[in-house]
Amino acid sequence: MKHLLEINNLDVKFDTDEGRITAIENVSLTLDQGKVLGIVGESGSGKSVTAKSIMQLNPGNTIYNDNAEIIIDDENVLKFTSKNDLKKIRGGKVSMIFQEPMASFAPAIKIGNQMVEQLMIHKSQDKKEAKNISIDMLNRVGIADAEKRFNQYAFELSGGMRQRAMIAMALSTMPKLLLADEPTTALDVTIQAQVINLMKDIIKEFNMGVIFITHDLGVIAQVADDVAVMYLGSVVEQGPVNEILKNPMHPYTRGLINALPDINNLDAPLTPIPGNIPSPLDRPSGCVFRTRCPHASQEGKEADIKMGLVEVKPGHWLDNCGINCGKV
Amino acid sequence: MSENIVSVNNLSVSFDYQENFLSKKQKIKAVNNINIKIKKGSFFGLVGESGSGKTTLGRAILGANKISTGNVIFHDEERDFDLTTITPKEKKEYRKKAQLIFQDPYAALSPRMTVRDIIAEPLEVMKITESREETDARVRDIASKCRLNLEHLRRFPHAFSGGQRQRISIARALVSNPKFIVADESVAALDVSIQADILNLLKQLQHELNLTYLFISHDLSVVAHVCDIVAVMYLGHIVEMAPSRELFKNPRHPYTKALLSSIPSIDPENKSKAIELKGEIPSAMNPPSGCVFRTRCPHASQEGKEADIKMGLVEVEPGHWVDNCGVNCGA
Ligand SMILES: Nc1ncnc2c1ncn2[C@@H]1O[C@H](COP(=O)(O)OP(=O)(O)O)[C@@H](O)[C@H]1O
Ligand SMILES: Nc1ncnc2c1ncn2[C@@H]1O[C@H](COP(=O)(O)OP(=O)(O)O)[C@@H](O)[C@H]1O
Ligand code: SF4
Ligand SMILES: [Mg+2]
Ligand SMILES: [Mg+2]
Repeated sequence: MKHLLEINNLDVKFDTDEGRITAIENVSLTLDQGKVLGIVGESGSGKSVTAKSIMQLNPGNTIYNDNAEIIIDDENVLKFTSKNDLKKIRGGKVSMIFQEPMASFAPAIKIGNQMVEQLMIHKSQDKKEAKNISIDMLNRVGIADAEKRFNQYAFELSGGMRQRAMIAMALSTMPKLLLADEPTTALDVTIQAQVINLMKDIIKEFNMGVIFITHDLGVIAQVADDVAVMYLGSVVEQGPVNEILKNPMHPYTRGLINALPDINNLDAPLTPIPGNIPSPLDRPSGCVFRTRCPHASQEGKEADIKMGLVEVKPGHWLDNCGINCGKV
Repeated sequence: MSENIVSVNNLSVSFDYQENFLSKKQKIKAVNNINIKIKKGSFFGLVGESGSGKTTLGRAILGANKISTGNVIFHDEERDFDLTTITPKEKKEYRKKAQLIFQDPYAALSPRMTVRDIIAEPLEVMKITESREETDARVRDIASKCRLNLEHLRRFPHAFSGGQRQRISIARALVSNPKFIVADESVAALDVSIQADILNLLKQLQHELNLTYLFISHDLSVVAHVCDIVAVMYLGHIVEMAPSRELFKNPRHPYTKALLSSIPSIDPENKSKAIELKGEIPSAMNPPSGCVFRTRCPHASQEGKEADIKMGLVEVEPGHWVDNCGVNCGA
């Protein structure tokens, strides 16, 4: 079967005042229709940059490698330059929601007008039809008084309500692919639970593919089918969520889990991962995790080892740690 | 000598609130008739969603918010401080004993001061030390206790990672040798690994320096791991309070149950059965009459919805206090 999304060998570099930094190195991911791929990792690991690459939302100082591909419907969207092509991946086939809903809404335009305008651009619907769809969608995400909210500004809504409105706007164009970047991180847990349930229902109903980015392994466990664990711009482990969270093999994935306070296991000590995340300016050569890895062997610390995912069990992909350091 | 370090008695804190200069002044009761006793040496947790009054309560205990009614007593070795009647002179003394660790070290640290000066500032402001040598010695001592690299004292805070900055603000809070610390969302902005590191550090410092903490957090998993007693706040009220293990094993109040059920489990096979609360937290300006939780409570009975029921904690097991829900709604 054809994948909904295929990312092949993606490198992303940024030119900054301090030099050229590598934000993403050799990332390959696939996503099928109706599935949720979670991306997890600490801040700075490259989760947002990966998502933004799919919509070409990274700023002007971005450098993609020539052999990178991001394939949607047989087209490499990284090669898109015309307005018409870009429209397809920005609000057409692909929509994005964020941690901060105000990032989606223009402060001075009413919610309804923004939704209608978007529908008219992407779906060439007439105004009346667009209004109906928008109000339907606001209803669908559990906003009471949808007609009233339609005529309000984003700042007039509460945090949870704004999050719902943003989801409604992102979904009203019926995207095939939804990119959700920490959509519940700023919410209180009871509201987070509401929004997660809503998203799960909607993903099922619309049968779209979703990339769900979060630093919270609990949220990943609840929403994702598959998960990719990122560290310093590289995917170090990847596979079905159940497999990865129950049989983590990469020292970084294990480190994340051991640092997490688990409500069901209050006696477990909280074990930090030793050391600090290096700056992307001094990205370690060879295995990116070797400066903090408890298992790094002398050979593993040498610069000329190569990272790369190996399928260690059906569907379970692991960076070739074992080959490098023989410890996994 | 009291076994408690802080007693909060019938404490309420209200703020005047005015939408704009034309509109009517309103009162927000951010903290409403709170009673807690914080035992010496405890790691006392305060949880609740945003706007529930955690920060206001913490600040009131530190003397940073005006007390509207009730009182807060701080029991020091030789004497008590009554925060309602405290004089400016006593307050200076009190500041040395009770300190705050900021939520956001990025915002709290001045970018133009070196790490040494940031940590030293409380000593200088409170005139605790008499010479630069003495100040330096205290700064070095607390910095090493907080596992800061002494080489870094000459640098500026922007050069540091989130975890290191949090350690700088902990050192600053501890340099005056306080007995009681309010840590307000001190790990909220940190990645899990750094969070684990800071939580371990707080525990270690507690033993080393005989500290008592009021640990404020919206993250129940964190609180469950570090605190020995926990109070749950909702709209200015404490609705349940118990030893931590007891609270997480036997939550009694409908709000506590909903909160606990909302924590996303990291076991993918244990799909959460979050008790969904209707709607959102009502505005503190206009709280429901009677039980403040009744507008969202899955168990609210008709009588419970009536306006004239009273909230108040009842001891259902030794040390386990719950709002008198049962009396109101039979829940
Ligand atoms: N426009 C940019 N210019 C320079 N560096 C950037 C830019 N955007 C992101 N980065 C860097 O790329 C890395 C990955 O960032 P990001 O994807 O935002 O991380 P995450 O979302 O996992 O927290 C970080 O080191 C970040 O500082
Ligand atoms: N200085 C203030 N003036 C007016 N209202 C305030 C002030 N500080 C807090 N509040 C209000 O008091 C309530 C409790 O706030 P807070 O103590 O900050 O809650 P939490 O820390 O639990 O998020 C909120 O409704 C908040 O808006
Ligand atoms: S008093 Fe009634 S409405 Fe309030 S929390 Fe208890 S059961 Fe619910
Ligand atoms: Mg991000
Ligand atoms: Mg607060």
